[in-house]
Amino acid sequence: MSTFLETYFPNVIDIQGEIVESIWEALYMVVVTALVASVFGILLGITLVVTEEGGILENRRIYNFLERAVNVFRSVPFIIMLALIAPLTRLIVGTSIGTTAAIVPLVVGTVPFYSRQIQNALLEVDEGVIEAAESMGSSPIEIIFRVYLKEGLPSIIRVSSVTIVNLIGLTTMAGAIGGGGLGNLAIARGYNRNQTDVTLVATGIILIIVFVSQFIGNHFVKKTSH
Amino acid sequence: MIELKNIEVTFESEETSVQAVKDVSLSVGKGDIYGIVGYSGAGKSTLVRTINLLQRPTAGEVFVNGQNLSVLSPNKLRNERKKIGMIFQHFNLMRQRTVAGNVAYPLRGTDLSKEEVNAKVEELLQLVGLADKKEAYPSQLSGGQKQRVAIARALANDPEVLLCDEATSSLDPKTTSSILELLKNLNKKLALTIVIITHEMEVVKEICNKVAVMEDGEVVEQGDLVSVFTAPKESLTQEFIHTATHIDQAAEKVLNHPTLLNLSKDDVLASITYVGETTSSPLVASLYARFGITTNILYGNVEILQNTPIGNLIVIFSGSIERREEAMAYLKANHVTVKIIEHQQEVIALNEEEII
Repeated sequence: MSTFLETYFPNVIDIQGEIVESIWEALYMVVVTALVASVFGILLGITLVVTEEGGILENRRIYNFLERAVNVFRSVPFIIMLALIAPLTRLIVGTSIGTTAAIVPLVVGTVPFYSRQIQNALLEVDEGVIEAAESMGSSPIEIIFRVYLKEGLPSIIRVSSVTIVNLIGLTTMAGAIGGGGLGNLAIARGYNRNQTDVTLVATGIILIIVFVSQFIGNHFVKKTSH
Repeated sequence: MIELKNIEVTFESEETSVQAVKDVSLSVGKGDIYGIVGYSGAGKSTLVRTINLLQRPTAGEVFVNGQNLSVLSPNKLRNERKKIGMIFQHFNLMRQRTVAGNVAYPLRGTDLSKEEVNAKVEELLQLVGLADKKEAYPSQLSGGQKQRVAIARALANDPEVLLCDEATSSLDPKTTSSILELLKNLNKKLALTIVIITHEMEVVKEICNKVAVMEDGEVVEQGDLVSVFTAPKESLTQEFIHTATHIDQAAEKVLNHPTLLNLSKDDVLASITYVGETTSSPLVASLYARFGITTNILYGNVEILQNTPIGNLIVIFSGSIERREEAMAYLKANHVTVKIIEHQQEVIALNEEEII
């Protein structure tokens, strides 16, 4: 076994510590970004749904503004976003370099995507059910929590899992601002130093993280849909 | 109980404005089962939504139980809505909640304790005959069962009014009559006022005591069921009634029958309609005894509406013209409506004008 590894993955053996560190960096970025972005994303998604024309708190001005903002931010390529919002990152984190610093652009890059996903998930909730809730005297807040979020839960979990996969993809670019992570490992180590085995291992680990999060997502989607 | 005054609803879009409801005034009394019938697009769903202000009228006022809903604050309006139950064509149950969860939904935020809510849910499900489905999810229920859950949910806050928007339109005939039976019982048991929107006159015939007919956003005819059914003024109303009583199909079949192709000049084809007590007197016998007119019954149908029998017959009267006219006058005196059916070869025409 050890000879097999030594033959085919010579560089990987040498930098085991660095690989473990990269995994932690990647997971740290994914988890913290997911937590922060889910709060903003869900808030924005709900706001988009309820302020839309015909929504329970219809408000064209707010809707149009958010709609455009989401579109603009989604259109900026992430690698440019990393550089673009460096001043904001410095303001929040104190530095614009490093793993924690990468979380700010990751959040900014994920929220528009996630809020759009949440919006679509909530729009799947049958309008008739919303109308029924209104006819029973539910207030907008009640409708949001007891109807939209409750009825939309399986869809919300599904789009969250999609977003996590998307987010894992984004973290691989964090290396550009010194954020480390598995993408950095694959490029800076594997590619630049021509250590293909490192690239392969980094890819494998990313795939495993993706599959595990998809599996967890699917499991909960199944468990919550009736 | 419900008072709609000069309701207008106009939908404005950039290019067009559609007047869905035009100057409708209706009054629904306590304990009424009020049917609003019309073809799709007649504005009846929009109209029923103005009763709980799911649709705000462009003009006009809505009173429920003496309270003008249009002037209430959003919060007060929500409290009033709790006293107005509503059920829908597609049931609109929450898929992620169990049957019990759906019925309990409107009870959250009331003063009831958890045990009281459970007891109330139990009682409601018993009322609609679904006590054994408490833990099931809507996806596991049939259409009729779903509508029963929706009814239980609509009744959770002990409303005095129940609005039914095409509540039986996606159900099969057998389930429809069981749901109508349930509504009828609720009407009696709970003194519930019910407003029913439907495109099926059958439904109205089955349970309503009052009816309004809508066309192009207007109520073209309204009144109590028996008088609308026996003396419809508008052609649309007649159309609905004919489809509900199947008299058109019957007339067509009868008129196509070969024996009718050789009527003698002493024969005349007629449809006669009689209401209530007249039904029990032996009309046909007395026509023969008094006037020597023989009556050949080709088709007969008796409907019981609100405990009032209504008979429809298609007959051939045979006898000389003078005797026939005397006979017609006699029938008219006995409150029987007679229409002579013009019949030339295979051309079928129901004469709309009453001969007598």
